[in-house]
Amino acid sequence: MSEVELVRNAGGRLVPAKVNGRVQVPYQGTAGCRPEGRKQAPPIRSCADYAANGDKRVPDLETALKKCGLRDGMVISTHHHLRDGDRVAVLALEAAARLGARDLTWLPSASFPTQASVIDLMQSGVVHHIEGSMNGPLGDYCTQGKMRGMGVLRSHGGRWQAIQDGEVHIDIAVIAAPTADPFGNADGSHGKSACGSLGFALADSIYADRVIVVSDNLVPFPCIPSQIQGNNVDYVVEVDSIGDPAKIVSGTTEITRSPDRLRVAQMVAQFLRDAGIMRDGFSFQAGAGGIALAFVSFLKEMMKEAGVKARFVRGGSTKYLVELLQQGLTDYILDGQTFDLGAVRSIATDPRHIATSPFTSYNFHGKGNFATLVDAVVLGATEVDTEFNGNVVTHSDGRLLHGIGGWQNCLFAGCTILALPSFRDRIPVIVDRVTTLTGPGELIDVVVTERGIAINPRRQDLIEATRTSSLPFRRIEEIQQEVERICGGKPEKPRFGQRPVAVVKWVDGTLLDTVWQVV
Amino acid sequence: MAVSTDLNATGVTEAGRWGEEVRSDLHVALEPHAAGGIEIELESRVAPYYGKAIRAQVRDALESLDVRHARLCIHDAGALPFVIAARVEAAARRAALGEGRRALPESVALPSSSPRDRLRRSRLYLPGSEPKYFINAGLHAPDAIILDLEDSVHAAEKDAARILARNALRAVDFGAAERMVRINPFPLGLADLEEVVPEAPDVILIPKVEHREQVIEVERRANEIRARHGIDRNLWLMPILESALGIENAFAIATASTQVVALTIGLEDYTADLGVVKTAEGQESLYARMRLVNAAHAASVQAIDSVYGDVADMEGLRRWGQASRALGFEGMGCIHPLQIAVIHEAFAPAPAEIEKALKIVTAYEEAQQQGLSVVSLGSKMIDPPVMQRALRLVGQARAMGLIRGDTGIRGSKPA
Repeated sequence: MSEVELVRNAGGRLVPAKVNGRVQVPYQGTAGCRPEGRKQAPPIRSCADYAANGDKRVPDLETALKKCGLRDGMVISTHHHLRDGDRVAVLALEAAARLGARDLTWLPSASFPTQASVIDLMQSGVVHHIEGSMNGPLGDYCTQGKMRGMGVLRSHGGRWQAIQDGEVHIDIAVIAAPTADPFGNADGSHGKSACGSLGFALADSIYADRVIVVSDNLVPFPCIPSQIQGNNVDYVVEVDSIGDPAKIVSGTTEITRSPDRLRVAQMVAQFLRDAGIMRDGFSFQAGAGGIALAFVSFLKEMMKEAGVKARFVRGGSTKYLVELLQQGLTDYILDGQTFDLGAVRSIATDPRHIATSPFTSYNFHGKGNFATLVDAVVLGATEVDTEFNGNVVTHSDGRLLHGIGGWQNCLFAGCTILALPSFRDRIPVIVDRVTTLTGPGELIDVVVTERGIAINPRRQDLIEATRTSSLPFRRIEEIQQEVERICGGKPEKPRFGQRPVAVVKWVDGTLLDTVWQVV
Repeated sequence: MAVSTDLNATGVTEAGRWGEEVRSDLHVALEPHAAGGIEIELESRVAPYYGKAIRAQVRDALESLDVRHARLCIHDAGALPFVIAARVEAAARRAALGEGRRALPESVALPSSSPRDRLRRSRLYLPGSEPKYFINAGLHAPDAIILDLEDSVHAAEKDAARILARNALRAVDFGAAERMVRINPFPLGLADLEEVVPEAPDVILIPKVEHREQVIEVERRANEIRARHGIDRNLWLMPILESALGIENAFAIATASTQVVALTIGLEDYTADLGVVKTAEGQESLYARMRLVNAAHAASVQAIDSVYGDVADMEGLRRWGQASRALGFEGMGCIHPLQIAVIHEAFAPAPAEIEKALKIVTAYEEAQQQGLSVVSLGSKMIDPPVMQRALRLVGQARAMGLIRGDTGIRGSKPA
């Protein structure tokens, strides 16, 4: 990469005009860019080319990849429902390496530390670059400018949108499946490596040229239930193990004991109550972080006290959401991913616990999505600025930290709440300007810290609704100033390099911001 | 705790902590030099944001301590400025430098002086060597925080802890909480007083008190230091009785000084002194606790209970607190912020109690207005002690925020 042409987008950020040779559209506002044209479609196939008995098994991944026509420069996709326990992504890329493939693009729905060996594959030229979340060693490799191509960070919804719109074309999708049949029907709710939903792999199964299902629990046709349809699948590979069950789901998720985090969680729950958002038939989403779990348990008590029931709650699900379902405090769980054993059991057995996909939940280029129907969502962030813009992808020093996940997609909820400590290790969380713009401030409504709650002045309705609340409301600048006083002044601005190493996409595929090489 | 190895030469002193699990602290290794100025080697996870600030602050601190030539090796885990100053000073003092000097951090405004009979339902213990617990302690709204220099501080860290506690009194905003310090028994406690009293704490907790002379000695020394530093804020004393002898002398101790505002009991040491097992029900200490309550009331000071040690058992804590209030205690200690709300609830009068007391007070006020000498409620005459108790309860409930305005009861759950 020599000189990269940069343009300034509607968020005031400099972004590259081209990424990995492809012309980009700069961000034009939260809903400023309208798509044109038709969706992508995979090639037409014929039953005549597949075994009449439905048996699509091949002996190993190498055979499957060879039969899929693996060539240099192809895009290989995987999903991350097996989280840090996944073995399949590395197995697939290593098989491709043995076949002599080079310059591949790896398109995971997210990457995890267990996949750090992909660095070796990048160094040896097998993998050209990664389009998907990167953190830990992979993140450092990228921000140090060692990756040959530019990283592309997308939200879960944005990944569906990019695949559907043809911004990225998957040549071969490799789908790890906790249960599958020889026809390719596959599901995540059963088997020794059960992970719950397989929703992140759905787009890959529909739009990829070729689809390989890899399973360690092959059952005779039909695999019931099945989230992945065998009719989209080319080959099935049986392996001993698709992953480490201990790292696929946590045995149990525990609520934080940190009094500061509990205080934030309690304030968030009380905010929903006092603002009148917690009412009969409402809905909410909260992740699996410490504050979010504690928030659910506080809200649960308040719901019981008020005699209020939710219509639906959205996962990432944990046993705490399952408790709401079992105690009749919600009609449904609409689940994107399943974090602990309690939740995996529930999604396998309770018909009111439904697996959703990034298409139904998050895709911005669809005829609506579930995220916009949710009354309130509780999210984290590494930084938020006084304009309420949020950053989740980088540390304040510019190193990659997190994927975007569903974070951007969730910002479209009726009330978006960021629940954060006001500083971490002396580093203030409320800043003048976020290091990497990941979520525009006009979509972030409330910031809750242990030192007070700031409501975005754009949301006069929320300010009005909570006028008689006993919660400690303050201006965001006030909290910022207090924290800077505690921390001993404003932090220095870390210096960044001039070279873009990754880009952050907005939900509509436009370029929201750039991640710069760390010097 | 990780200690740097390259500096373990003779003459190197160290202070503070650093390592994977350490937060909000730093480790300083200081090697005094004869010449060559100040040399600072810094490793910090916040270096990109506060590297310059840390170096500048360390230089300032050394200048205040008149340390001109030294090499410092600093490992920082996100320490705030008041901690940095304290650790540098501790390392310097351990090198016998900075005698009679202090490296004081910027101060926050002091809250108003503490009244003698303020609410003391909860006092949150903060181990004097753990700065990470200081920073947000006030946010959890205990009635008091205690910077503890005694049992939670290792013998080798007493000197560093008192410097840290002093800086915390000066630089940390503890909100509306009363600021208490538990000193060590004399003679160690005298050095504690020298360090902390100039920063105007509200209450000194005196441990292991058995004789009134111990209280008188602390009072005398503390007032001497206050006079020297021109401190005219209230400084109250709270003796802790931790032995059979202490309990026997409770009244004499409570009346030893007009600055005593409360008596409290340390059950670990007390049961050890008796050679009995400390149980969750506390039958073995019932006599001692009742004796303390009686002595405290006879001396017109508050009776404050010990701590409840099982932080996971909130129901046990609630029961203990309710029983404690029933015995006549007005508060107890907490060892975790999550205990605070439970204790405040346990020590709150029930809505029915408040309602009844309010009726009595209203009847009293009406009688006063009408110039009647006898107060009656319905067909019943109200005796003066019942009257006094009602007035006191209404006053307490108001202070706890359980009564809105003049009447209107808000329920027993404080917000």
